[in-house]
This record gives sequence, C-alpha cells and structure tokens, in this order.
Amino acid sequence: MCRLSAIISDSYFSPMENIMALETMKEGHDGSGLGLVLRDLGGEFENLKEFPILSGICSEAGLKTMDEYMVSLGFKTKYLWDPKINEAGCGIKSRGFYFARAYEYPDEIKDADEKVKFDLLAQTRLDLREMGMADESITVFSFWPDLITLKEVGDPLDVGIFFGLDQKSLLAKNIMAQGRQNTNYAINLYACHPFFLEGYSTMTNGENTAFIPIREFLTGRGLPGYVGYRSDSEVFCHILHYMRKQLGFPLKYYKDVITPLFDREMTERSDRKAIELIKRVLRPLTIDGPNCVIGSDIDGTIFMVQDAKKLRPGVVGGVPGKYALMSEVCGVDAVVPERDRSKDVFPMKYDMVMINKDAKEIKIWNQKHGSMSTVN
Amino acid sequence: MESKARLDVNGQLTLKELPYIIQWDAAKCTRCGQCTTVCPQKAIEPAVFVQRVVTSEGPLPLPQSVRQVGQGIKQVTDIERYCVGCGVCSQVCPNAAIFPEYNPVNKFAFHKNQGGIPHKRGGRRNNTETSTLDKLKFTRISMLTDPALDAGRHEFHIRTLLGRNLAPESMPLTIKDDELGLDEMAYIPPTREIFPIRIGGMSFGALSPHMWEGLAMGVAYLNEVENIPVVMCTGEGGMPSRLLKSRFLKYFILQIASGYFGWDEIIHAIPDMQEDPAAIEIKYGQGAKPGDGGLLMAFKVLELISKVRGVPMQVDLASPPTHQTKYSIEEAVAKMITSMSMAFGFRVPVYPKISGSQTATAVLNNLARNPFAAALTIDGEDGGTGAAYNVSVDKMGHPIASNLRECYLNLVKIGKQNELPLFAAGGVGKTGSLAANAAALIMLGASGVDCGKYIMQAAAGCLGDEYNRCNLCNVGRCPKGITTQDARLYRRLDPDKVAERVVDVFKSADTELKKIFAPMGRSTQLPIGMSDGLSIGDKAIADQLQISFAS
Repeated sequence: MCRLSAIISDSYFSPMENIMALETMKEGHDGSGLGLVLRDLGGEFENLKEFPILSGICSEAGLKTMDEYMVSLGFKTKYLWDPKINEAGCGIKSRGFYFARAYEYPDEIKDADEKVKFDLLAQTRLDLREMGMADESITVFSFWPDLITLKEVGDPLDVGIFFGLDQKSLLAKNIMAQGRQNTNYAINLYACHPFFLEGYSTMTNGENTAFIPIREFLTGRGLPGYVGYRSDSEVFCHILHYMRKQLGFPLKYYKDVITPLFDREMTERSDRKAIELIKRVLRPLTIDGPNCVIGSDIDGTIFMVQDAKKLRPGVVGGVPGKYALMSEVCGVDAVVPERDRSKDVFPMKYDMVMINKDAKEIKIWNQKHGSMSTVN
Repeated sequence: MESKARLDVNGQLTLKELPYIIQWDAAKCTRCGQCTTVCPQKAIEPAVFVQRVVTSEGPLPLPQSVRQVGQGIKQVTDIERYCVGCGVCSQVCPNAAIFPEYNPVNKFAFHKNQGGIPHKRGGRRNNTETSTLDKLKFTRISMLTDPALDAGRHEFHIRTLLGRNLAPESMPLTIKDDELGLDEMAYIPPTREIFPIRIGGMSFGALSPHMWEGLAMGVAYLNEVENIPVVMCTGEGGMPSRLLKSRFLKYFILQIASGYFGWDEIIHAIPDMQEDPAAIEIKYGQGAKPGDGGLLMAFKVLELISKVRGVPMQVDLASPPTHQTKYSIEEAVAKMITSMSMAFGFRVPVYPKISGSQTATAVLNNLARNPFAAALTIDGEDGGTGAAYNVSVDKMGHPIASNLRECYLNLVKIGKQNELPLFAAGGVGKTGSLAANAAALIMLGASGVDCGKYIMQAAAGCLGDEYNRCNLCNVGRCPKGITTQDARLYRRLDPDKVAERVVDVFKSADTELKKIFAPMGRSTQLPIGMSDGLSIGDKAIADQLQISFAS
C-alpha cells in the first residue's frame, strides 16, 4: 500500500518533514520510491516566484538536447538548482543530472497574459518529455512557476539523503510526498506520484478500478496534456485539471465529479439540478475506489478526498499555521505533535477536506448536506 | 429380370434426410394418439403395419412366431411435414414412448425449397459453435491491491443511461458564489436510467397475446415492486391502445419500423397519453435478417392483430427492407429522429436500431454528429426473428462483439462514448449466460444489451435452438403458444407464469451482474468500456477486440 504525506504551512519548511512522517508510517509502505511536489518555494527560490521552473532528470546527451531546445524557444536560464547527489550509503545510483531550473520567459511572451505563458510551459514540458522518452535521456516532471518536482526510486529517507534534502537545500510552504513507487505496473519514474499537470497535482493511495474508462474519456478530450498514464492514479490529477481548468468548476465539485451522489442523496443540495447533470455528463469520470486522494489546486489549496465506499486511510490534523494531511495519525503526530488530537479530521464518504494557502483552518465540505464547516 | 420392388420413387425422401427422426417404442406406447394430435407439423400419424410377434404359452418355453397386423406411429417423409424436433409429442406421451432425435447427417437444406420457395422460419442462426460472447472471461479480479466488493452486502448501482448526453463542454451551467447552477432555459436531451438488460423488440403480432401480456406484466412488476427498471421494446406493430394510454407506457420503448404498423393508433393516442414512453426505437435493420423488413405471415394476421395494425386479416404483412422515406442518412434519418422527437415534445429519447454491419461505424459517426440521436442499438447476427428466409438468418449479419467494440472505440477516438450510448443485441444469453454475456458486452463498451430469444426460452419455455429445433414462429403453429395468434395454441401459455419467470430472470441477472462486478471492484457505475477486465483465449480475437489474451 502507499503512504501519503502532505504538509501545508504559513512558513517555509523542509521536505524532510514529509519524509520523516513517511518514516513513521513505514509499516504501511514498501519503501520503493519517493515523489515530492513542492509549491510556494522558499530558500533559494523565494525571490523567483514568477519564473517557471523545469524539474527533471537528464543524461549528459539529454542535457545538451534540452538546453538547445530551450534556447531555441527563447527561454533563458535564471537560476539552476542541481542537488549535491549523495550516493554514499543510500544504495541509490544517480541517473545523471537532476535539476530544478528557473527560466525567464522568451522575450516575445514576456508581457503576454497567463494563458499564453502557461500553454507554452505545458507544451514545452510535453515536447521535452517526448524528446527524451525513447532513450530515457530526458525526464521532465513539471514546468511551472514556484513549483518543483523530485522523484526517485528507493526508500524515501534514502532518497531524501540522496538529494541532500537534509541539508535544507529546498524549502516550501506546501509539500506533497508519496512513499511508494507504483508497483502495480513496471517501475518508471513517470508512474511515480504525485502527478502534475499545469498547476494541478494529486497523489493517491489505492488502486483505480475504473482506470480504463476514465483514461479513455480523458484522452478523448483532445487536450495535449492528457498523456502518460503509466499509473492508474495519474487520471486523478487530470480529472482535477479537466474540471477546474477546462470546465471551470469550483474545487469542491471535484467530489461530485469523482464520487457523485445517488439521486436520492441529492435532496439537500441547492445545486441539485447542476450536480444531476454533471453526474450524467461526466459519468465516465466516476471512480470506484478504493482511493484516498490528496491534491493541490492551482491556487495552492490542498485537499483530501475519499472514494465513496472503500476508504483508504487518511487523516488531517494540525494547528493554525501548519496542517498535515497524512495516511496515518502517526504521520500527523510527527509533523504537528502539539496539536489537539480531538480535532483531527478523518474524511468519510461525503467529505472533502480543504486547507487554503494561508493554512489558517481546515474546511470540511460535506457533499451530501451541501455544507462547509471549519476546524481550527 | 425386373426387380420385385421398383425404385422409381424420385422425390420421395427417407427418414435419414430429415432433421429429426422420431424414436418410438412400440412396447411402451399405449396407442392413446395424443402425440399425433399435438404435433404441429403432422409429422407423425397413426399407422398399421405387419409385425412379427413371438409368444410362448404353457409351462414350458415353446416360442412361436406369428405375423399379425399392429397399430402404431409412423413418421411421414413429406418435406412439408418434416419433424421439427419440438418434442411436444414426448411432452404429452403418458408413457415416455416417443421422442424426436436430432439427425446430424440430415439433408434438410437440400430439399426444403419445394415449389421454388426457399425455406422460411423463425428463430436464430443455426450455429452451435461457441460464440465470442461465451468465450470472453472476466479476469481482473480484485484481491490484495484492491479488496473485492461483497456482492451481497455492498450497495450496487446496476443502472445505465438510455439517451443522449451533452458534451461536457456544452453543459449549460452557471457559477455564482462558488456554486454551480443550471440554466433552465437550455435544452437538455432526455435520458432514462434503466436496468442495462432490456427486452428487445418482439412485436405484438409475432408474439401471442398471452406472451406479450406476460412480458408486459413482468416488466411492470419489476419496475414497481422489485425496483429493477427494466424496459421492453414493442417491436413493430404497436401495442394495445389501453396500454398506450396507461401509466405503464413509461416502461415501453415504442418501435417504428419500415411498415409503420401500429403507428396510426399510437399517433392518435398521443393526446391521451398519461406518461411518455421510455424511448422511441427506429428500426432500420435486424441482426437476424439484415436487409429484410419485418414479416408477419398471413397465418398470424387474425382479428386482434388486424385491428391493432389497421390491416385486413390473413394477408402477409411484409414491411419493406427500408423506410420508404429514407434516401440518405444525412437527411432522412436525421429528419425522422427529429420528427419523432418533436412528436413527443423532445421529452423522449429517439434512437435507431441497425443490424450489425461493416458499415455500422458510418452510421455511428453520422449519429454522433446529430444532437437529437439518443443512442444506437446494434443487432448482431445471432439475433432472433419471428419470420425470415433461412438464408438470411443463417448467412447474413455481423457478429456483435467485434461490431460493438469497433463502434465503441470509434466513439472513444472522438471522445463521445458517453454522449451516444451503444446498446448491443443479438445472441445475448444464447447459451443461457444472460448476465455474463451482458457484462462482457458492457465491458467492451455497450451501455446495455437487449435479449429476445433468451426471454422466450427462459420465461415461456420456447423450444427453439441452434439445431433448427422447432423454429415454427413464422407459421403461427408455435406448440408452446408463444408465437401464434391461434387461441387454441396460446391458451396453453399462462401469462401469469410468463410474468413470474420474467421477474425471476431479471432478479437473478441483477444478482449475477453483481457477482461479476463485485470481484472486479466495481459497484458505483456500470463498468462501460472496462476492457482491462476481459480476456479471451484466442489471440486473433483478443487483438481485434483490444483486450488481453489469456489461455
């Protein structure tokens, strides 16, 4: 089983906090990998908020290809973070050049609106991915402002040391970490959670039994980003992207999209007619569990949601200013030991737990009652 | 020298030419004569013949052989009175003295065209090979990574949508204060949430009044008591007008076909309808006999049928092979869909049914572009018919699995698989595996399936099979009273019993579907297109259907 570890805070912290929380949940994962998505970056990136950061791995040849391509598009390197890889003692062999590189936008779109910029970022990432796919010379995980993705196979603590994260080289206010490679399929870094697409990211615990119909629905949308699917969990991220970016739904409707209510359960919802229609029209996006999904919206809101019947472990707890969304209580204990445990939230079948970027309080959206409550 | 018995018997057949040979036990037979009375073909008749009888009388065995005249049963070799193997003779026999036996080396097909008239019959394709549907296996079993569901305890939603769905990007939604609203002025196509197995179109006319009534009662009971929303298609020929004006109309799909039989009554009943029908099915083709229109032979056009259909009695009712108003799919089909939609105030899904064909994707792509086309039903080669030429039934048509899959993948390619639901028919439940065949088709991409022949077999004991047994549906002499308009025959069939069996069939199918979906971890939505759950032990078929090969 996977273990999930997400932390949101109003001050910068190290991803080692996520990793140490994963350590406490070690009985629940097989230590086969680590994926990290860091948002709202601090440290070396604190003053580079508006510059898109390309995260990935490449070989020497891949680096050359990538550089040539980025130059051809007009991107100029603003800042490079290349971790001091520490292979000693952790048994992880370096794949080459790991990087998080901040770029300046090409001159011709410097003053363009966000849509133009973001479309270019998405397409550039997809192009690089395609260019490096065959010989695995280039692997890119994300290309987005104020966001870094790291992934590697191995025990999460070892991977943390491998990247030198214990040296506080990276800091952020919103970090999602997942402690297991996708072992249901062939091991591949593109199959490793968290998944990212144009500002949206998710990570999941559990197997997605409705994967094929969901994938086929997404690929039929004709959008360039809906590719990959080395993992059945990647669709959770793309569903989030689809309903937020393409359909423009408010975030809370993610729950209605992936786990729609039965008609008889909709009576309390003032938007009943809308969710009835959504249920019909987005029927292929219904998941059938068992899944616990933690995701991050484009605005930095972090959330946890369960499928409607086969819950996977998931708990949210913390104090104003710092909250942890974990698979297990021991993970929350590791991050926020001083909290009032009686206020911990265990999202159930109708719940969607959300914490805004300011990390002031936990908001619980109850899908059945159509009500929002808060815990702080 | 001339032979004693001349063999100038051209045209006379021996029993070995016939598809079924009557096995009669003279010792068991009581000579009651019931078998000869009930035989729908008059294939057996009383006969006298000389027989050798060995007797022994007295205290010591002294056998004596005598020849004497005896009475018994004789099977005739007249090709028009061939034994169809229905077996009603053995059903009435008080002493188990008679039964028909299939003759695998028969030469029936060589002779059943006397007078230049090709063999016509009812039933389905006489092919006893295992169909692709029956070869499909469910192989994605949830265990450790995804705990299986409990078919008995979890809540399952075994429902599907019949009707057009909007494209996601064109949902008429508004956003206000972080809440979605619906623009109520916008048109949203009608849909029905139904059980994914429907009773396919079998007409009031092809079926006897008792059979039709039994099906209708069973369907109403399933909806109103068992909460299993099964719908039933009328087939071509309308329905009794009191039902048209009843609250039960919502459980029926009204079919309009190329003869438009019954539609005068329907159109006139519209102002008095309490409920909308479940849907309108425009029949363009039938899997059992592609290229043929409906055929109700004169034998069955008796008083009631002539009244419902508005035609004279005892004339062949042959619907044309195609709708006379149809000259192109782009215009005429679209117009017909729009006209039917308009007749019911755009509140009723209207969809075409076609026979399986290599050209199905062309039809599909056209419908995909028509916002009023509510679905497409594809009827494969193993579908049944009440009357057709044998050559059409046996040789025409396309297997349903590959046709359905091709169409579904085509919709996937253009991203409209949820907008235009596909329904599959033809051979569903051919060997009795109704739920398994339905589940397999659903996982290949069908939103639901139709069954016709299966429901006749399961609910009313239809004797027909793929060894050309019985198949007398066309001539109105159905020995079970299912496909006849002769009151002497259909009174054999108790409509209440039919209704009970219909309920049995759907309740058990509902449980079996759960037993299939539960171990695959699916319960919330029907696993339409969940092709990773299927395998087949034939590499070529696996490749064609784009599913895994497992042998």
